[in-house]
Amino acid sequence: MSGGDLFSQQRANRRRSALLIAGFVLFFAWLGFGGDLALWLMTRDAATGGYRHGVPLIGVIAVSIAAAIALHAWRHGARRVLNATGAWELLEPGTPEQQRLDNVVEEMSIASGLPKPRVWIVPDRDPNAFATGRDPTDAHVAVTEGLLMLLNRDELQGVVAHELAHIRNFDVRLMTLLAAMVGAIALMSDTMGRFLRVRGGRSRGGRGKGGGGLALLVLAVWLLSMLLAPLISRLLAMAVSRKREYLADATAAQFTRNPGALAAALEKLDGAGEATRAMARGAAHLCIVDPSERRLSDHEGPIGAVFASHPPLRLRVTRLRGMAYQFEQQGSASP
Amino acid sequence: MGFVLLIVLVVVGLWVIGAYNGLIALKNQVVNAWKQIDVQLKRRHDLIPNLVNAVKGAMEHERGTLEAVIAARNKAVNAEGVAATARAEGELTQALGRLFALAEAYPQIKATANIGELQEELASTENKIAFARQLYNDVATQYNTRQAQFPTSLVAGLAKASPADLWMIEDERERAVPVVDLSTPKPSA
Repeated sequence: MSGGDLFSQQRANRRRSALLIAGFVLFFAWLGFGGDLALWLMTRDAATGGYRHGVPLIGVIAVSIAAAIALHAWRHGARRVLNATGAWELLEPGTPEQQRLDNVVEEMSIASGLPKPRVWIVPDRDPNAFATGRDPTDAHVAVTEGLLMLLNRDELQGVVAHELAHIRNFDVRLMTLLAAMVGAIALMSDTMGRFLRVRGGRSRGGRGKGGGGLALLVLAVWLLSMLLAPLISRLLAMAVSRKREYLADATAAQFTRNPGALAAALEKLDGAGEATRAMARGAAHLCIVDPSERRLSDHEGPIGAVFASHPPLRLRVTRLRGMAYQFEQQGSASP
Repeated sequence: MGFVLLIVLVVVGLWVIGAYNGLIALKNQVVNAWKQIDVQLKRRHDLIPNLVNAVKGAMEHERGTLEAVIAARNKAVNAEGVAATARAEGELTQALGRLFALAEAYPQIKATANIGELQEELASTENKIAFARQLYNDVATQYNTRQAQFPTSLVAGLAKASPADLWMIEDERERAVPVVDLSTPKPSA
C-alpha cells in the first residue's frame, strides 16, 4: 500500500546483499592474506636455504575461491537450496491438494502484483515452507507435503502470502546468498582447520619458534577469526532472518487481508513440532518456522534472541491476532 | 542574479519531470491492475457454462436458478466501465451463490468428482477476482491521492491525470455475505 516504504525496503535489501558479498570476500581475503602475513613473519628470519614465504599465495587462492563461491551463489543459489531439500517442481497438478496449492500461489501473486513464482513440493512430512530466488522474476516457493495435508485453504493462503512477501521485499536474495555463504564458511573452516593441524604439528617439532611476538599475535588473531567464523556467520544469518519474519507476516496480512488465518497456520505448524529433516541446517533461516527439532525460537529469553533463526512463534501469532482485530474494527471498510 | 534564476528554473524543471513521470507510472499501474481483473473475469465467464452443463442433469427442477446464472453471466460479459462491471459482477456472484446453496441439497452433485474440481476452480477464480480488485483499488487509491496532493496536483493536468474509479461493493447484502466457501473439504489424514 505505502509505495515509498516498499521501495526503501527493497533498496535496503539490495544494499544488504551487496554488503554481504563484499564482507564475505573481504573476510576470505583476511583469512588468506592474514595467513600469508603470519607465515611471512615466521619465516622472515629463516636461515638461507630454509623456506621463506614471499608470494602471498594463500591470499590469492582464498580470494579467488570466495569470488567463485559468491558468483555461484548469485547464479545458482536458489537451485542449490531446492536441490538440497529434494524438492520437485509442480508443473501439472495431479491431486486436488496440488491443484489447490497451484491456485493459491496464483491468487497470491495476483494480490501482490508479482509474476507467479515457480512452485515446488518438498517430500517431507513435517509442515514447513520457504521461498528462494534472486528477484521477483526468478523466484521459487516451496512447501512440504506435510503442509499441504495439515492446512486448510485459508491457512495455506496465509503461508503462501508470507513467502511471496519475502519475494517482494527482496528478502529471498539476501537469504539465499546467506545460505550459500554460511555453508561455504563452515566448509572452509573445517578444511583449514584440518590443514593446520597437520602443518602445525610438523613445524612445532622442527624449527621451534619463528618470528617473535608480532607473528604470534597475527597468528592468534587469524586462528581466532577462523574458529569463530562459522558461528558468527550463522548468528548473522539468524539475526537478519528474525527481523524479516515480522515484516513478511505484516505484508502477508496486507495481501490476504486475513491475518487470523496466518496466525492459525503458524499455531498448527508449531503444534506439529517435529524436525523438517529435508531442510539443511544452513538453510534454516529461509523457512517459515524453524525447521530444527530443538525449536530454539520458543525461548523468549536471551538464548532465543541470539541463536534462533525465527522470532518466538507466540509473539508472531500475537501480533497477527492484533492485526486481525484491527481489520475487524475497520469492518469491510477496505473493499 | 541570472545564475540563481537559472538554477531555480532547472530545479523546478527537474521536479516537474519527476512528478510527471511518477504520475504516468502510477497511471499505467492502474491500467495494468484493471487488465488483471479483466483476465480473471473472462476466466470466470468461461467457467460458468461448464458448471451449468455439469449440474443441469441433476438440477432439472432448478431451471430458474440456472437461467438466472446464465443471464447474469451474459450481462456481466457485456458490461462496460468500472461501475457497471462491478454491479453486473456482483449480481453474478449472488446468482452463483444461490446455485451452490441449492446444489448442497443434491447429494448426487456433491458426489461427482468433476463438480469438486469445478468448485475449486470457481472458488479460486472468485478469490483471484477479489485479489485483483484489491490490488486495483490499492493502486487506484494511491494514484488518486498522489494527483490530488499538493504540489503534485499542479502537474496532474499536464499528465492528463483524472481520478480512477474504485471498485465499490454497492450492495449491502453482498458485503454482509462472505463469498460462499466452495473449498473442497480438508482430507482427513
